[in-house]
Amino acid sequence: MKFLTTNFVQCAVKSCHSSLTSFPLQYEECQLVQQEQDYNPEFIVHMLERLDWNAIVQVAKDLGNESLPANKPEDLDPIMEDSQAVLRDLHTLLVETQIVEGKMVCKNCGHIYYIKNSIPNFLLPPHLAN
Amino acid sequence: MSRPEELAPPEVFYNDTESFKYTSSTRVQHIQAKMTLRALELLNLEPDTPHFILDLGCGSGLSGEILTEEGYNWVGLDISPSMLATGLDRDVEGDLFLADLGNGVPFRAGTFDAAISISAIQWLCNADTAGVDPKKRLLTFFNTLYASLKRGGKFVAQFYPMNDSQTESIMGAAKVAGFGGGLVIDDPESKRHKKYYLVLTAGMSDRQI
Ligand SMILES: [Zn+2]
Repeated sequence: MKFLTTNFVQCAVKSCHSSLTSFPLQYEECQLVQQEQDYNPEFIVHMLERLDWNAIVQVAKDLGNESLPANKPEDLDPIMEDSQAVLRDLHTLLVETQIVEGKMVCKNCGHIYYIKNSIPNFLLPPHLAN
Repeated sequence: MSRPEELAPPEVFYNDTESFKYTSSTRVQHIQAKMTLRALELLNLEPDTPHFILDLGCGSGLSGEILTEEGYNWVGLDISPSMLATGLDRDVEGDLFLADLGNGVPFRAGTFDAAISISAIQWLCNADTAGVDPKKRLLTFFNTLYASLKRGGKFVAQFYPMNDSQTESIMGAAKVAGFGGGLVIDDPESKRHKKYYLVLTAGMSDRQI
């Protein structure tokens, strides 16, 4: 699962959607790989406006990276030379950083979602099924 | 031949052998590709701009590979671990999730630009185990899908309804969730080639279609 996806996936339990603590999920015991992907700065810019930057910083911290800026990068333009360094960094973080093994924990209901072979398991046990 | 939906739940039906047979059959690949391209045509996305797309019932990623070829980024959900494992072996570009569509789409509001589904949502009409309420599952699916799409985002689903009442329950649940749109039937005169596409929009779009 790409780092990018951590900014969108949420606990599947219905009652957690209205909880302020449930998002983002908390990442534990994660194994990461860097996997080279085609650089698509237009896609990064497209996704940037819908990113929850606080959640990006939080999840990066869970995964051991405390070096992200506190504020979302702004005014990036795929065709501008001076945007390239930041866009490249975002590409490396969001698209090329992948979680292959680990746990995602909901801070509201405590349910643990396991990631195995890069695939998060979102099947709910019967007592949590919506 | 009986319909797979009548034999067993999807995660049982698409076991390792079936997943492999399904994915490696050139006939299946051809039909899947054709339906995916048709679904994209019905989505009518703005050309030459990036899109983040959800593929519901992505299986081994046959439709996902077409999304990648078309330049889209995607996330796929499927209930069959074997199908997803086949997808991993094929090195698909999208993120794969093991999930039951009837329990909802686990993404926050406004995540996706659009969603597609090829040959999957008729499974939601099944009641495979006691206590399973297809009506509730359909509604949970459409409600959470609606939320996960950006306003004006479209959802196109090719599906195989067993009868008219299945089509009605699917469309009814979509409407209750807030979707607008309807049904497109390709080759309606041909029993063999007739295909059903649900074409829905989540709320108002900024863009004229
Ligand atoms: Zn939860």
